[in-house]
Amino acid sequence: MKILRWCAPVLVALAIVWMADASPALAQADAPDISDVQIDGEYGQFPTYMPPDVSKHGYHVDDLINILHVFMILLFVGWGIFFVWCLMKFRARPGHTADYKLVKAKAPKYLEVAVALFEAFLLVGLSMPVWARVKDELPTEADNPIHVRVVAEQFAWNFHYPGKDGLFGRVAPEFLNSATNVLGLDPSDPNGNDDFVSGEMHLPVDRPVITQITSKDVIHSFAIPVMRVKQDAVPGMRISVWFHPVKTGTYEIACAQLCGNNHYSMRAILRLESQSEYDAWVEEMAKGPAEFDEDDL
Amino acid sequence: MSDHDHSHDQGFLRKYVFSIDHKVIGVQYAVTALVFLFFGFCLMMMMRWQLAYPGQSMPVLGELLPSLFGKEWAETNMGGGVMSPDLYNSLGAMHGTIMIFLGVVPLIVGGFGNYVMPLQIGAPDMSFPKLNMMSYWVYFMGGMIMLASFFAPGGAANSGWTSYAPLSVTATQGQTWWLVGMIFLITSSLLGSVNFIVTIFHLRAKGMTMFRMPFFVWAQLVTAFLLLLAFPPLEAAGALQLMDRVAGTSFFMPQGLVVSGVVQEYAGGGSPLLWQHLFWFLAHPEVYVLILPAFGIITEIIAANTRKPIWGYRTMVYSVVFLGFTSFIVWAHHMFITGMGTSISAFFATTTMIISIPSVILLTCLLITLYRGSIRFNTAMLFALSFLPMFAIGGLTGLPLGLPASDIALHDTYYIIGHFHYVVAPGTIFAAFAGVYFWFPKVTGRMMSETLGKLHWITSLIAINVVFMPMFFQGLAGISRRLYDQRLYSWGDAMQGWTVVSSWGAWALGLAQIFFILNFFLSIKFGRKASANPWDATTLEWSAPSPPPHGNFAKVPTVHREPYEYSVPGMSKDYFPQNVSEA
Amino acid sequence: MSAGVLPYTVEPHPVTGLYSGKLGTWLFLASEVMLFGGLFSAYILLRVGAPEGTWPTHEEAHLSWKIGGFNTLLLIISSVTMVMAWANLKMNNFPKARMYLIVTVILASLFLTLKISLEYYPHWHDGLKPSTNVFFGLYYTLTALHGLHIFGGIVVMLYFIGPGAGLWKTNPEYYTNRIECTGLYWHFVDLVWIFLFPILYLMN
Ligand code: HEA
Ligand code: HEA
Ligand code: CUA
Ligand SMILES: [Cu+2]
Repeated sequence: MKILRWCAPVLVALAIVWMADASPALAQADAPDISDVQIDGEYGQFPTYMPPDVSKHGYHVDDLINILHVFMILLFVGWGIFFVWCLMKFRARPGHTADYKLVKAKAPKYLEVAVALFEAFLLVGLSMPVWARVKDELPTEADNPIHVRVVAEQFAWNFHYPGKDGLFGRVAPEFLNSATNVLGLDPSDPNGNDDFVSGEMHLPVDRPVITQITSKDVIHSFAIPVMRVKQDAVPGMRISVWFHPVKTGTYEIACAQLCGNNHYSMRAILRLESQSEYDAWVEEMAKGPAEFDEDDL
Repeated sequence: MSDHDHSHDQGFLRKYVFSIDHKVIGVQYAVTALVFLFFGFCLMMMMRWQLAYPGQSMPVLGELLPSLFGKEWAETNMGGGVMSPDLYNSLGAMHGTIMIFLGVVPLIVGGFGNYVMPLQIGAPDMSFPKLNMMSYWVYFMGGMIMLASFFAPGGAANSGWTSYAPLSVTATQGQTWWLVGMIFLITSSLLGSVNFIVTIFHLRAKGMTMFRMPFFVWAQLVTAFLLLLAFPPLEAAGALQLMDRVAGTSFFMPQGLVVSGVVQEYAGGGSPLLWQHLFWFLAHPEVYVLILPAFGIITEIIAANTRKPIWGYRTMVYSVVFLGFTSFIVWAHHMFITGMGTSISAFFATTTMIISIPSVILLTCLLITLYRGSIRFNTAMLFALSFLPMFAIGGLTGLPLGLPASDIALHDTYYIIGHFHYVVAPGTIFAAFAGVYFWFPKVTGRMMSETLGKLHWITSLIAINVVFMPMFFQGLAGISRRLYDQRLYSWGDAMQGWTVVSSWGAWALGLAQIFFILNFFLSIKFGRKASANPWDATTLEWSAPSPPPHGNFAKVPTVHREPYEYSVPGMSKDYFPQNVSEA
Repeated sequence: MSAGVLPYTVEPHPVTGLYSGKLGTWLFLASEVMLFGGLFSAYILLRVGAPEGTWPTHEEAHLSWKIGGFNTLLLIISSVTMVMAWANLKMNNFPKARMYLIVTVILASLFLTLKISLEYYPHWHDGLKPSTNVFFGLYYTLTALHGLHIFGGIVVMLYFIGPGAGLWKTNPEYYTNRIECTGLYWHFVDLVWIFLFPILYLMN
């Protein structure tokens, strides 16, 4: 009888999981047809941890998350053992009474101080330097970074490349045309002549990237999980974020901030290529059909 | 206080509808809030269908709702019984809003606070009974406006409960209703909190010094201050957003916005981040509004059911006051990813780490109270005990969010959803359930069924973990929240298995509530008659009859001692009520 | 049950030194401080963050410090008459107190009338609307919210002049207290104006 009592909860849990898993009648509807690009990275059936990391600095974030989870699990298990032990040992039963006197325990105080100190260490020792590194210390020109402007809009990502001259053209809303000039490039600015806009992000590996992130309409959030990068795209602001890809492959860029009904489909492809592949792509794009036709104006 | 005996010549309306008796108002609050809670949960159960089986028509509801709301509605919102992304977003925003502002806060503050707090301090009523009644009705109207917004053209608000501008400013009409509803809810909270504070300061019975107040009263006091001071900035923000929406101002709208290719007419010059600052200035203290009364409830229950005084009662009081103060200076930890520099993020991360310490202390004190107790496992206690590890999971997972570097990976993912649901659902909601089981006999004069109660507890506890545990895995894998269909991403597709598990958990959780609803209504009618003090507890509410009459106490109680004097050596009984003078 | 049976409706509480209504009023004002504080912070943030040249100059704002100043004066006087009303109640002179209350109401109404007829109306007519720019948005929002508070004050005072005056006969102390609380509120509303006037009229 007693065993039954303890098994019942486990059985109920198993039943729920089983029902969920074995509901073939409800098998997945047709997979969404967003694109048939093969995304790199192994995820498996029931993944429980972070996606692969293909950046040079992502491991800082991962280290912090790993340490934190070990710390959290240790604390939880430690407290949990004490908790369960108390429940069993001090359950009400004939002949057992509670003790009015409060224990004069020092241990909890030490433990609390230890927790506080450890949090301080995580904050000052790990989080702050990483943040300063990732958010504030942009690579200098000596590091030969790639510059890309990221312009979010409902519900697409526009990647604005400066072309071969490395200079961005001026943009202003009055030049905007949703068919021919999605960014509003000023046609009279020569810097913009070889600029181009892509819906896919291409980057060479082993070079730092500086992105300037902004939005045309509402707040979006530029997230590349495999790069451990996330930055809100706030209209009216242009925020610089950098990262450093190290491994070629095809990955995904997500919008992390609710931005309207198609928020869920605001996805872009990130292609990490060798320098030569990248150069070829830039060549192709820069000479390709100009984003706007001067005769139109 | 013989004036109180007039109750017999009050009409039905005066007695039950527009009553100024804090107990009736408390019950009104609690019942309305429970209904809203259930409603908010139903919205979520619908969403969980879309998440688990995207693009498949909803069973039953897929046909029922269109026939209820009409064809036109069905075409835009539920073509073929499948909810549209807009409807999904509406349901999400309204789930968050309803759960927090119409469900949990009115239940644990308006309901338990109103009913129990005056009894616990030995007061005949609240200081301003009419204001109390008004605060309920203003809340009620706010709730009705929120419900009505489902019928607005374009549906209810769909920009999340956070209503970030500019999305919310350009959103459909439902957002205006949301703002108006919020202004009502805020007004109601302000009226309520003034009343709570004055009552606690002025109407304590003789001998009830501040440090003899039950911890629940302390929690309500700090909560009232949070509501009083944190809500007005949101009211200001709401007014500004309302202006943006209806008067064409541009407080939150920067220059040169282009929405779907159309240059917007706003004059510009506004700041989208201003909204976030004003919103989180409220919404962070608001999360402590959700948790402090919950701590109050379980402290009462744990004390009564371990049969020994709370370990570190004063420390807990200091912690809760400290929590109250610091909760005003951590708000921007919700905004790390908006483009914050190192020094500002370091400041808010530091305050966030500091504020986690008093929570650790609160948990520790409750945990050590168990040590050398004599623990009774009734339903109320089981819920209260489950609160501890569940809150611990929720609280601990707050730490990676509070450190800006790890928040980069976790912000706006399901990890956040997991974090805060562990604190609010198996945390606060369990505390609320515990409170219902604990004080039900006081309110109705009847006991709830322990068998049904225990069934409710074990099924809920399991199901709720099945719902929320997978969310941490999904979040670590980087799945964004508020996704209508996560399978568009390769990692989301891989995660779909967890989503299905989580959804089944949610439906199981829904079924588990049948035990509660049955128990609740059957016990009102058929429950075993309860004595005045069925739990052998010490605080003042148990010295009044069950249910207490109008005016609460036959004789004004005098308080002689600390709140939790259990198992005092040398006594014949193992509890020593606050109002009993000598053994 | 009348509110009168609860303790500390008239007599001050030994510890806080206040009767319940007054403590409640102070708490309410604390929340009002946060409300207007939120709006003032919004003003500061928007002003500091305003792009170059978008904040109107003094001329562009079209706000005459003379009208504003005169209105400020009206409110300051009304604060004084409010105190006089309360002081006369304390001296048991109800008719005179009532007279002062009426004067306060008149001053407050004059304030609103001037505000609407000399400022809102011509501005609106000239196409200076809340949507014109952020400054006007703030101007209208802040002054309208303040105006709403003035209006609320007028309603409360009218109540105590008219239907609520009966309380003076049954419980003069209670009545006096309520006027005192109204006064506290009224001073607060004036104080808000004292902040609004310079930031809107003088600091462009
Ligand atoms: C009741 C509600 C509640 C509570 C109490 C908390 C508590 C905490 N929260 Fe949470 N939070 C929310 C509700 C809550 N939160 C909500 C609703 C959101 C999302 C809003 C949205 O975006 O929609 C959010 C989001 C949120 C964020 C923003 C994340 C982001 O968007 O990127 C952050 C970041 O710092 C954070 C941090 C914390 C921290 C550090 C605590 C700390 O106070 C926690 C302290 C507790 C502990 C440290 C636990 C101690 C436990 C032990 C010591 C073990 C004991 C063990 C046993 C008994 C077995 N929370
Ligand atoms: C207090 C707050 C609260 C509570 C309690 C809950 C409870 C629950 N929430 Fe929610 N949730 C939020 C606040 C809350 N939530 C917020 C703020 C968001 C973010 C919204 C946004 O994105 O803007 C969110 C978002 C959110 C999401 C993410 C949606 C998305 O990002 O797309 C999910 C997904 O599963 C979810 C699920 C659930 C579930 C399964 C519960 C369950 O735990 C519910 C359990 C409920 C009960 C057990 C109630 C039972 C009541 C009764 C039985 C009453 C009986 C009546 C009588 C007796 C009269 N919630
Ligand atoms: Cu763009 Cu979400
Ligand atoms: Cu917070």
